[in-house]
Amino acid sequence: MESDDEINSFHTSDDEGMDDPDSDLSNGEDSDVEDELEEYDGDDVGFESQEKIGKQQKKPYEVDFKVYSPEDIQRAQQRTVDEVKGVLQQSPEATAILLRSFRWNRDKLIDAYMERREAVLEQAGLGDEASSGAKIMTVPGFCCEICWDDSPEMQTFAMKCGHRFCVDCYKRYLTTKIKEEGEASRIRCPGDDCSRVVDSKSIDLLVSEDAHDRYLELLTRTYVDDLENLKWCPAPNCVYAVDCKIKPRDLPRIVPTVHCDCSHEFCFGCTLNDHQPAPCMLVRKWLKKCEDDSETANWISANTKECPRCHSTIEKNGGCNHMTCRKCRHEFCWMCMGVWSEHGTSWYNCNRYEERSGAEARDAQAKSRQSLERYLHYYNRYANHEQSAKLDKDIYIKTEKKMTQLQTTAGMSWIEVQFLEAASQALQQCRQTLKWTYAFAFYLARNNQTEIFEDNQKDLEFAVENLSEMFEKPVDQLAGLKVDMMDKTSYCNRRRIILLSDTAENLKNGNWEFNVDFDTPR
Amino acid sequence: MAKRIVKELTDCTQAPPTGMKIHLLDEQDIHQWEVVMDGPDGSAYAGGHFKLRVTLPEDYPFKPPVLNFTTKIYHPNVSNDGKGSMCLGMLRSDEWKPPNKIAAVLAMARNLLLEPNTEDAIETTIADQYKSDRKAFEATAKEWTKKYASGK
Ligand SMILES: [Zn+2]
Ligand SMILES: [Zn+2]
Ligand SMILES: [Zn+2]
Ligand SMILES: [Zn+2]
Ligand SMILES: [Zn+2]
Ligand SMILES: [Zn+2]
Repeated sequence: MESDDEINSFHTSDDEGMDDPDSDLSNGEDSDVEDELEEYDGDDVGFESQEKIGKQQKKPYEVDFKVYSPEDIQRAQQRTVDEVKGVLQQSPEATAILLRSFRWNRDKLIDAYMERREAVLEQAGLGDEASSGAKIMTVPGFCCEICWDDSPEMQTFAMKCGHRFCVDCYKRYLTTKIKEEGEASRIRCPGDDCSRVVDSKSIDLLVSEDAHDRYLELLTRTYVDDLENLKWCPAPNCVYAVDCKIKPRDLPRIVPTVHCDCSHEFCFGCTLNDHQPAPCMLVRKWLKKCEDDSETANWISANTKECPRCHSTIEKNGGCNHMTCRKCRHEFCWMCMGVWSEHGTSWYNCNRYEERSGAEARDAQAKSRQSLERYLHYYNRYANHEQSAKLDKDIYIKTEKKMTQLQTTAGMSWIEVQFLEAASQALQQCRQTLKWTYAFAFYLARNNQTEIFEDNQKDLEFAVENLSEMFEKPVDQLAGLKVDMMDKTSYCNRRRIILLSDTAENLKNGNWEFNVDFDTPR
Repeated sequence: MAKRIVKELTDCTQAPPTGMKIHLLDEQDIHQWEVVMDGPDGSAYAGGHFKLRVTLPEDYPFKPPVLNFTTKIYHPNVSNDGKGSMCLGMLRSDEWKPPNKIAAVLAMARNLLLEPNTEDAIETTIADQYKSDRKAFEATAKEWTKKYASGK
């Protein structure tokens, strides 16, 4: 397992001239994760920011990625334009249009341009001469075909194509396109039947500042949308993009979780929230299944259950699975409804679905019931961790509030309660992982690797429930539990790393067998 | 943009496009036109008089006009939902260019009565019928023309 399997693309440093066929924005068909062993160039002027990788040793489930601000993206575009314009002997404006029409694949553009220059220019809307010598002027006897104004002093504008309109109309046309229709790189000349693209110089000349800002923003957007190795962070209002070299075809072997600077963790493959250790295709299948079976699932994930002894209704109010019936004081496990005393140390019965006897399986009806039961077994645990994560968080928020009050009364200092936050964060992260281990397990076919996986799952689950339980202790006892809680927090984190490392290694090496076909990625 | 709209209206009323009568729905509002379009000879709509509403948006001609058949019509490119909208070709904001004229839009609409565009149909079942069973299509189109577009 080498750490250089996944590397950063986007290495747009100046010393990598355009004679390097593998350089930056080509992002073409050439790359296989295994054979790209380039190092990220840390001296890169454009993208020196936020280097998160390479400092510590990379875990098997981690991938290389970089987070870019809108300014970084702007600069990268500019640099590519600067590099390519000399080769094409074109103005920066025309070069930008050409690059956009080739989705920023500059090698493809250069090749095509050398081979069939006229066709490439025509296709990009740059017909005949691509330099824009356009300027604003008055033309005697001119009547604007848009507003029908023919005042003699009227300012007019036309690009090389000669479709001339008054400046006000031209401006309003561009502003409408930019601000209302969200167009930028493919705005055409307003002339009837003219497909010439309006270059950025003409836009600079004509539109107001706020429309121009929007224009640049939109151009940046299309740039990120055009490149396979760049994706917008899906968090609401986040302006960052993430660069990751993982390709769709790598997704059956890698789950590329990335961390945006806004703190959002998401999968670069499908942009859903982090779903390690389950690969994207399983996640897609699982979510679809849950949606299709949502009625049963809803029933199952209902927030209340009956006490297995006295049948009174019990509501789950914390993340912990250790339930005590208020009425009869019966202690049981929320997940399996088994007696709690049998759990404590041997979590065993709770994470693994025991396949039923062959006799029962022979009966067709029992079989379909069994397959539903099997699904519900995993779904139940999946939903439980999702639900528990929320409850853990609620409790943490409440606890934190109480602790703040305590600080003033009991004289506890702020630093002493930081361990609670760390514990809460560990719980959230571990439950997120555990949740997906159940979707993963649902599709996992039994082989000699699965036992280790189940042990890891069991260990993490046990650690998590242990830590979660501590949160439910009365606030005044928490201070005394600090050391214990810190130990348990780091134990949880360690178990999570072990589980994720093991699943990722085996996924990469193709050691898992699944009971469904992996769709070939889009 | 009043100057532009008045110019178009004058042109359209002085020399109306083939088979059409054009006037303002309300003399006070140059943004609402009413058109009576004769069903073209040789089409299933022949003999019918179809009323259309042309609505010019506030930012016309930077945004395309909106076209609605107020007379019910059986056609793949006219929505059969009580709105009678037609939305293809230059009526789309990504294809519309400000120098385009209402007369051209109306000519396009009339042309579609002669030759429906099944590739870009809003009523896909009608389009399928047009392609697979032209006779049945024409029968219904004629029947509707008789029922809704004759008289007046
Ligand atoms: Zn004008
Ligand atoms: Zn033009
Ligand atoms: Zn973000
Ligand atoms: Zn994914
Ligand atoms: Zn009970
Ligand atoms: Zn249990």
